[in-house]
Amino acid sequence: MAHDHHDHDHPHSLLPPEPALRVKALETVLTDRGLIDPAALDEIIDTYQNRIGPKNGAAVVARAWTDPAFRDRLLADATAVVADLGFFGRQGEHVVAVQNSPEVHNIVVCTLCSCYPWPLLGIPPAWYKSDAYRARAVREPRAVLADFGVSLPETTAVRVWDSTAEIRYLVIPMRPEGTEGMSVEQLAELVTRDSMVGTGLPKAPE
Amino acid sequence: MNTGMNTGAPEPVFTQPWHAQVFALTVHLNEAGQFAWPDWTARFSRTLARHGLARELDGGDDYFTAWLETLEELLADLGQADPAEVDRLHAAWESAYLTTPHGAPVRLGR
Repeated sequence: MAHDHHDHDHPHSLLPPEPALRVKALETVLTDRGLIDPAALDEIIDTYQNRIGPKNGAAVVARAWTDPAFRDRLLADATAVVADLGFFGRQGEHVVAVQNSPEVHNIVVCTLCSCYPWPLLGIPPAWYKSDAYRARAVREPRAVLADFGVSLPETTAVRVWDSTAEIRYLVIPMRPEGTEGMSVEQLAELVTRDSMVGTGLPKAPE
Repeated sequence: MNTGMNTGAPEPVFTQPWHAQVFALTVHLNEAGQFAWPDWTARFSRTLARHGLARELDGGDDYFTAWLETLEELLADLGQADPAEVDRLHAAWESAYLTTPHGAPVRLGR
Protein backbone atom coordinates (compact mmCIF):
# COMPACT_ATOMS: atom_id res chain seq x y z
CA MET A 1 0.00 0.00 0.00
CA ALA A 2 1.59 3.17 -1.20
CA HIS A 3 -0.29 5.27 1.34
CA ASP A 4 0.82 3.44 4.44
CA HIS A 5 4.41 4.53 4.68
CA HIS A 6 5.51 6.29 7.82
CA ASP A 7 8.47 8.34 6.69
CA HIS A 8 8.51 12.11 6.75
CA ASP A 9 8.43 12.65 3.03
CA HIS A 10 4.81 12.09 2.21
CA PRO A 11 4.31 13.32 -1.32
CA HIS A 12 0.70 13.94 -0.37
CA SER A 13 -1.32 14.38 2.80
CA LEU A 14 -1.69 11.33 5.01
CA LEU A 15 -4.94 9.62 4.12
CA PRO A 16 -7.25 9.44 7.16
CA PRO A 17 -8.83 6.08 7.99
CA GLU A 18 -11.79 5.02 5.84
CA PRO A 19 -14.49 5.77 8.44
CA ALA A 20 -13.02 9.26 8.97
CA LEU A 21 -13.53 9.94 5.27
CA ARG A 22 -17.11 8.65 5.51
CA VAL A 23 -17.76 11.07 8.38
CA LYS A 24 -16.28 13.92 6.36
CA ALA A 25 -18.50 12.98 3.42
CA LEU A 26 -21.59 13.03 5.65
CA GLU A 27 -20.55 16.39 7.09
CA THR A 28 -20.10 17.83 3.62
CA VAL A 29 -23.53 16.63 2.45
CA LEU A 30 -25.21 18.01 5.58
CA THR A 31 -23.32 21.31 5.42
CA ASP A 32 -24.34 21.71 1.78
CA ARG A 33 -27.95 21.23 2.83
CA GLY A 34 -27.58 23.78 5.62
CA LEU A 35 -28.39 21.19 8.27
CA ILE A 36 -25.30 21.59 10.40
CA ASP A 37 -23.22 24.37 11.82
CA PRO A 38 -19.50 23.42 11.95
CA ALA A 39 -18.99 25.75 14.94
CA ALA A 40 -21.68 23.86 16.84
CA LEU A 41 -19.87 20.58 16.16
CA ASP A 42 -16.64 22.00 17.58
CA GLU A 43 -18.54 23.24 20.60
CA ILE A 44 -20.04 19.81 21.27
CA ILE A 45 -16.64 18.12 20.98
CA ASP A 46 -15.05 20.66 23.30
CA THR A 47 -17.85 20.23 25.82
CA TYR A 48 -17.60 16.47 25.98
CA GLN A 49 -13.82 16.36 25.75
CA ASN A 50 -13.05 19.07 28.25
CA ARG A 51 -15.98 20.35 30.20
CA ILE A 52 -18.23 17.51 31.27
CA GLY A 53 -17.09 14.38 32.94
CA PRO A 54 -17.20 12.48 36.20
CA LYS A 55 -16.28 15.60 38.18
CA ASN A 56 -19.89 16.74 37.79
CA GLY A 57 -21.20 13.52 39.26
CA ALA A 58 -18.56 13.53 42.00
CA ALA A 59 -19.67 16.99 43.12
CA VAL A 60 -23.26 15.78 43.33
CA VAL A 61 -22.32 12.67 45.31
CA ALA A 62 -20.10 14.59 47.74
CA ARG A 63 -22.88 17.04 48.39
CA ALA A 64 -25.35 14.20 48.92
CA TRP A 65 -22.97 12.74 51.52
CA THR A 66 -22.88 15.98 53.48
CA ASP A 67 -26.33 17.48 52.98
CA PRO A 68 -29.23 15.15 53.87
CA ALA A 69 -31.86 17.50 52.43
CA PHE A 70 -29.99 17.58 49.11
CA ARG A 71 -29.61 13.78 49.19
CA ASP A 72 -33.35 13.37 49.75
CA ARG A 73 -34.14 15.70 46.85
CA LEU A 74 -31.66 13.83 44.66
CA LEU A 75 -33.21 10.48 45.48
CA ALA A 76 -36.71 11.86 44.93
CA ASP A 77 -36.02 13.65 41.64
CA ALA A 78 -32.47 13.60 40.31
CA THR A 79 -33.55 15.03 36.96
CA ALA A 80 -34.64 18.28 38.63
CA VAL A 81 -31.47 18.48 40.73
CA VAL A 82 -29.24 17.97 37.70
CA ALA A 83 -31.21 20.59 35.78
CA ASP A 84 -30.91 23.04 38.70
CA LEU A 85 -27.15 22.56 38.74
CA GLY A 86 -27.11 23.60 35.10
CA PHE A 87 -25.36 20.48 33.86
CA PHE A 88 -25.39 20.11 30.12
CA GLY A 89 -27.60 17.46 28.61
CA ARG A 90 -30.26 17.90 26.00
CA GLN A 91 -31.13 14.36 25.07
CA GLY A 92 -34.20 14.65 27.28
CA GLU A 93 -33.43 11.78 29.57
CA HIS A 94 -34.50 11.33 33.16
CA VAL A 95 -31.84 10.75 35.74
CA VAL A 96 -32.47 8.44 38.67
CA ALA A 97 -30.11 8.31 41.65
CA VAL A 98 -29.78 4.98 43.45
CA GLN A 99 -28.08 4.78 46.82
CA ASN A 100 -25.73 2.06 48.00
CA SER A 101 -26.08 0.75 51.54
CA PRO A 102 -24.70 -2.18 53.51
CA GLU A 103 -27.74 -4.11 52.30
CA VAL A 104 -27.77 -3.17 48.60
CA HIS A 105 -25.04 -2.43 46.07
CA ASN A 106 -26.23 -0.90 42.79
CA ILE A 107 -24.59 -1.37 39.42
CA VAL A 108 -25.57 0.27 36.13
CA VAL A 109 -25.47 -1.14 32.61
CA CYS A 110 -27.10 -0.48 29.26
CA THR A 111 -27.77 -3.92 27.81
CA LEU A 112 -29.00 -2.63 24.44
CA CYS A 113 -26.47 0.06 23.63
CA SER A 114 -24.62 2.49 25.87
CA CYS A 115 -27.08 4.85 27.57
CA TYR A 116 -25.22 6.68 30.31
CA PRO A 117 -25.77 9.87 32.34
CA TRP A 118 -23.66 12.11 30.11
CA PRO A 119 -24.26 15.34 32.07
CA LEU A 120 -22.96 13.71 35.25
CA LEU A 121 -20.31 11.30 34.00
CA GLY A 122 -19.39 12.38 30.45
CA ILE A 123 -18.83 9.82 27.70
CA PRO A 124 -18.78 6.20 28.87
CA PRO A 125 -15.48 4.29 28.84
CA ALA A 126 -14.98 1.50 26.29
CA TRP A 127 -15.65 -1.27 28.81
CA TYR A 128 -19.14 0.12 29.48
CA LYS A 129 -19.83 -0.12 25.75
CA SER A 130 -18.34 -3.60 25.31
CA ASP A 131 -20.48 -6.65 24.61
CA ALA A 132 -18.79 -8.42 27.50
CA TYR A 133 -19.88 -5.91 30.11
CA ARG A 134 -23.34 -5.42 28.65
CA ALA A 135 -23.98 -9.15 28.66
CA ARG A 136 -22.32 -10.12 31.92
CA ALA A 137 -23.40 -7.26 34.21
CA VAL A 138 -26.91 -8.66 34.33
CA ARG A 139 -26.03 -12.36 34.23
CA GLU A 140 -23.19 -12.44 36.72
CA PRO A 141 -22.78 -9.05 38.38
CA ARG A 142 -20.65 -10.39 41.22
CA ALA A 143 -18.15 -11.87 38.78
CA VAL A 144 -18.02 -8.55 36.94
CA LEU A 145 -17.47 -6.74 40.22
CA ALA A 146 -14.65 -9.16 41.01
CA ASP A 147 -13.03 -8.25 37.66
CA PHE A 148 -13.08 -4.67 38.84
CA GLY A 149 -11.54 -5.71 42.15
CA VAL A 150 -14.72 -5.21 44.15
CA SER A 151 -15.82 -7.90 46.55
CA LEU A 152 -18.90 -7.40 48.63
CA PRO A 153 -20.11 -9.21 51.72
CA GLU A 154 -22.42 -12.12 50.90
CA THR A 155 -25.12 -10.30 52.83
CA THR A 156 -25.06 -7.37 50.41
CA ALA A 157 -27.53 -7.80 47.57
CA VAL A 158 -26.46 -6.61 44.12
CA ARG A 159 -29.08 -4.73 42.17
CA VAL A 160 -28.52 -4.16 38.44
CA TRP A 161 -30.14 -1.21 36.67
CA ASP A 162 -30.56 -1.36 32.91
CA SER A 163 -30.41 2.13 31.36
CA THR A 164 -32.57 3.21 28.48
CA ALA A 165 -32.79 6.22 26.20
CA GLU A 166 -35.27 7.66 28.70
CA ILE A 167 -33.73 6.74 32.05
CA ARG A 168 -30.09 6.99 33.11
CA TYR A 169 -28.81 6.05 36.54
CA LEU A 170 -26.32 7.53 38.96
CA VAL A 171 -25.07 5.37 41.81
CA ILE A 172 -24.51 7.18 45.10
CA PRO A 173 -21.79 5.07 46.70
CA MET A 174 -21.44 4.76 50.46
CA ARG A 175 -19.34 7.45 52.06
CA PRO A 176 -15.98 5.94 53.04
CA GLU A 177 -15.08 5.51 56.69
CA GLY A 178 -12.72 8.05 58.19
CA THR A 179 -13.96 11.00 56.17
CA GLU A 180 -15.64 12.87 59.01
CA GLY A 181 -14.78 16.53 58.88
CA MET A 182 -13.69 16.52 55.25
CA SER A 183 -15.01 19.31 53.05
CA VAL A 184 -17.35 18.68 50.14
CA GLU A 185 -14.46 19.43 47.77
CA GLN A 186 -12.17 16.94 49.52
CA LEU A 187 -14.90 14.31 49.48
CA ALA A 188 -15.52 14.84 45.76
CA GLU A 189 -11.89 13.85 45.14
CA LEU A 190 -12.68 10.42 46.55
CA VAL A 191 -15.62 9.79 44.22
CA THR A 192 -14.44 7.86 41.18
CA ARG A 193 -16.30 7.42 37.93
CA ASP A 194 -16.59 3.68 38.47
CA SER A 195 -18.04 4.18 41.94
CA MET A 196 -20.89 6.12 40.32
CA VAL A 197 -21.52 3.29 37.83
CA GLY A 198 -21.32 0.75 40.63
CA THR A 199 -18.26 -1.09 39.31
CA GLY A 200 -16.00 0.53 41.86
CA LEU A 201 -15.92 1.96 45.35
CA PRO A 202 -14.85 5.46 46.35
CA LYS A 203 -11.21 5.96 47.22
CA ALA A 204 -10.24 5.76 50.87
CA PRO A 205 -9.02 9.00 52.45
CA GLU A 206 -5.23 9.29 52.66
CA MET B 1 -11.84 -11.35 30.29
CA ASN B 2 -9.79 -9.13 28.06
CA THR B 3 -11.98 -6.09 27.73
CA GLY B 4 -9.64 -3.78 29.58
CA MET B 5 -12.18 -3.51 32.36
CA ASN B 6 -9.55 -2.84 34.95
CA THR B 7 -9.48 0.84 35.36
CA GLY B 8 -7.03 3.29 36.80
CA ALA B 9 -5.12 4.62 33.82
CA PRO B 10 -6.70 7.78 32.43
CA GLU B 11 -8.42 7.14 29.13
CA PRO B 12 -9.04 9.73 26.43
CA VAL B 13 -12.70 10.55 25.92
CA PHE B 14 -12.36 9.80 22.21
CA THR B 15 -9.46 7.69 20.98
CA GLN B 16 -9.80 8.77 17.32
CA PRO B 17 -10.73 12.21 15.99
CA TRP B 18 -13.46 10.70 13.81
CA HIS B 19 -15.08 9.14 16.89
CA ALA B 20 -15.50 12.65 18.27
CA GLN B 21 -16.71 13.96 14.91
CA VAL B 22 -19.39 11.34 14.38
CA PHE B 23 -20.53 11.65 17.99
CA ALA B 24 -20.81 15.44 17.73
CA LEU B 25 -22.56 15.23 14.38
CA THR B 26 -25.21 12.94 15.85
CA VAL B 27 -25.76 15.02 18.98
CA HIS B 28 -25.94 18.20 16.88
CA LEU B 29 -28.53 16.73 14.50
CA ASN B 30 -30.58 15.51 17.47
CA GLU B 31 -30.43 18.91 19.14
CA ALA B 32 -31.41 20.53 15.84
CA GLY B 33 -34.55 18.38 15.86
CA GLN B 34 -33.68 16.03 12.98
CA PHE B 35 -34.59 12.99 15.07
CA ALA B 36 -35.58 12.08 18.62
CA TRP B 37 -32.96 10.49 20.84
CA PRO B 38 -34.99 7.33 21.65
CA ASP B 39 -35.27 6.70 17.89
CA TRP B 40 -31.50 6.98 17.66
CA THR B 41 -30.85 4.55 20.53
CA ALA B 42 -33.36 2.04 19.12
CA ARG B 43 -31.60 2.04 15.76
CA PHE B 44 -28.14 2.01 17.32
CA SER B 45 -29.08 -0.92 19.54
CA ARG B 46 -30.14 -2.90 16.48
CA THR B 47 -26.85 -2.16 14.70
CA LEU B 48 -24.83 -3.19 17.76
CA ALA B 49 -26.83 -6.41 18.08
CA ARG B 50 -26.27 -7.20 14.40
CA HIS B 51 -22.53 -6.48 14.58
CA GLY B 52 -22.23 -8.41 17.82
CA LEU B 53 -23.43 -11.60 16.13
CA ALA B 54 -20.23 -11.95 14.13
CA ARG B 55 -17.84 -11.22 16.97
CA GLU B 56 -17.73 -9.76 20.44
CA LEU B 57 -17.55 -5.98 20.29
CA ASP B 58 -14.95 -4.42 22.56
CA GLY B 59 -16.58 -0.99 22.78
CA GLY B 60 -13.72 0.80 21.05
CA ASP B 61 -13.39 1.35 17.31
CA ASP B 62 -16.08 -1.24 16.59
CA TYR B 63 -18.53 0.75 18.70
CA PHE B 64 -18.06 3.89 16.62
CA THR B 65 -18.10 1.87 13.39
CA ALA B 66 -21.59 0.72 14.39
CA TRP B 67 -22.46 4.29 15.36
CA LEU B 68 -21.39 5.64 11.94
CA GLU B 69 -23.30 2.94 10.07
CA THR B 70 -26.42 3.78 12.11
CA LEU B 71 -26.10 7.48 11.36
CA GLU B 72 -25.62 6.85 7.62
CA GLU B 73 -28.73 4.66 7.51
CA LEU B 74 -30.79 7.06 9.58
CA LEU B 75 -29.89 10.06 7.40
CA ALA B 76 -30.56 8.04 4.25
CA ASP B 77 -33.99 7.05 5.61
CA LEU B 78 -34.72 10.64 6.54
CA GLY B 79 -33.81 11.71 3.02
CA GLN B 80 -31.11 14.01 4.39
CA ALA B 81 -28.05 12.26 2.98
CA ASP B 82 -28.44 10.18 -0.14
CA PRO B 83 -25.99 7.21 -0.01
CA ALA B 84 -24.87 7.77 -3.60
CA GLU B 85 -24.07 11.40 -2.81
CA VAL B 86 -22.22 10.37 0.36
CA ASP B 87 -20.20 7.82 -1.64
CA ARG B 88 -19.34 10.44 -4.24
CA LEU B 89 -18.11 12.86 -1.56
CA HIS B 90 -16.21 10.09 0.18
CA ALA B 91 -14.31 9.47 -3.06
CA ALA B 92 -13.83 13.21 -3.54
CA TRP B 93 -12.32 13.57 -0.06
CA GLU B 94 -10.04 10.60 -0.64
CA SER B 95 -8.86 12.11 -3.89
CA ALA B 96 -8.35 15.48 -2.20
CA TYR B 97 -6.05 13.89 0.40
CA LEU B 98 -4.11 12.01 -2.25
CA THR B 99 -3.54 15.06 -4.41
CA THR B 100 -2.82 17.67 -1.73
CA PRO B 101 0.87 18.12 -0.96
CA HIS B 102 1.78 16.99 2.53
CA GLY B 103 1.39 19.84 5.01
CA ALA B 104 -1.02 21.86 2.89
CA PRO B 105 -4.64 22.16 4.05
CA VAL B 106 -6.82 19.54 2.38
CA ARG B 107 -9.78 21.06 0.60
CA LEU B 108 -12.46 19.47 -1.47
CA GLY B 109 -11.95 20.31 -5.12
CA ARG B 110 -15.31 20.51 -6.83
